[in-house]
Amino acid sequence: MEKSTRVFLEINHMSKGFGGLDVIRDISLSVKEGEVISIIGPSGSGKSTLLRCATMLEKMDGGELSYLGEKAAWQEGGRCVYAGKSKLKEIRKNFGLVFQNFNLFPHYSVMKNITDAPTSVDGVPQKEAKERALSLLSQLGLSDKADAYPYQLSGGQQQRVSIARALALQPKILFFDEPTSALDPELTGEVLKVIKQLAREHMTMIIVTHEMQFARELSDRIIFMEQGVIQAEGTPEEIFASDKERVRAFMGKFQV
Amino acid sequence: MQLGKGMVSTAEIFLLTLVFSLPLGLLVSFGRMSKNGLVSGLSKFYISVMRGTPLMLQLLVVYFAPFYLFGLNLRGYRFPAIILAFSINYAAYFAEIYRGGIASMAAGQYEAAKVLGYNRFQTFFKIILPQVLKRILPSITNETITLVKDTSLAFVLAHAEMFTMAKQIAAKETSMVPLMVAGLFYYLFNFVVAFVMEQIEKSMNYYR
Repeated sequence: MEKSTRVFLEINHMSKGFGGLDVIRDISLSVKEGEVISIIGPSGSGKSTLLRCATMLEKMDGGELSYLGEKAAWQEGGRCVYAGKSKLKEIRKNFGLVFQNFNLFPHYSVMKNITDAPTSVDGVPQKEAKERALSLLSQLGLSDKADAYPYQLSGGQQQRVSIARALALQPKILFFDEPTSALDPELTGEVLKVIKQLAREHMTMIIVTHEMQFARELSDRIIFMEQGVIQAEGTPEEIFASDKERVRAFMGKFQV
Repeated sequence: MQLGKGMVSTAEIFLLTLVFSLPLGLLVSFGRMSKNGLVSGLSKFYISVMRGTPLMLQLLVVYFAPFYLFGLNLRGYRFPAIILAFSINYAAYFAEIYRGGIASMAAGQYEAAKVLGYNRFQTFFKIILPQVLKRILPSITNETITLVKDTSLAFVLAHAEMFTMAKQIAAKETSMVPLMVAGLFYYLFNFVVAFVMEQIEKSMNYYR
């Protein structure tokens, strides 16, 4: 499979602090079409903040952010400036985000959770949105759950619905913020299976995870973060064979 | 019986007050939560005055203010004054109920909506408000039941609602029966209100 060299996401010199505490320190990252990147590292290392800044849930203090060459934020006069509202709205269409605790809309059925954003945000006709949803549900093994409500589903099923909800908007990049951290091992498996399936279909994905074995099998690149910086970056082979003391120590805890 | 007319009038005050105060309360709660210090300060002051002074006094002020302040002699202002006073008073209570409900919503719902591209209006009315209503319904029921009984305060403006009529008839006939009948009416009215609210609550029980 030939990989295109189109850059989908570009982060340059991102920095972010909360109340004097630097959580992200000068991080640069470029993600190409079709790449699967896992971000690992200890709690509090800034992984989630990186994801939240990349998805614009959090504003960065400094740096540049662009999707498919379109600038969402840049440096100007020593400050970080964001594009206008309508421009950001366009840029947001490029990516989807899957949350650790799903954040499904509890008052909507599974079907409505998946079809509402396409119809009311993108103006997709109801019929088409429904077809899209049904095909996603069957792809994710949830065909019989279209009329269920989130509370009636297991955590693993809820997470798969939230993946379907994100995919229904046909994003180019999908972010995952610890997608299995709220699930028990059995349910974790069914969610990881879906993510692997997406990887086979060459979905561009950035995954913050604690599932080391999964990251190793799936990723084109692994990023090891600690104290707000990228400590190590490379193919799974490189990372798992890293000679950096800290990376080895962290990995060591996961190797059985 | 004359009490019948009073009952209708009581029901009118009740319904009109709800129609105006429920949306007004939402507006006030937006003001209270506004990032603009002046707007939130004014809303807070409004709520504090409305909750901190007797409704009976507010009725009198609203009714007599046009005359004493502006020398206006408004014809047919009695009933509108009652509705206005009740609405602005109840809006203050509803505003705080809305505010509590909105504050109790998890940030994740807003974040999910934002990433999915919903604008602020859609996020609030499609995602947040329906869930808030479900949460605050028991408190709304409480206020609504209080409102039924509070309508009797309209007697200070000599409006011919239920309580006023009952009192007059009781005095005229030197009998307690009209008051008993009025009491029974309030009770039955609230029984119906509680039943209706319970049905609405049940209708929202399809999700958790």
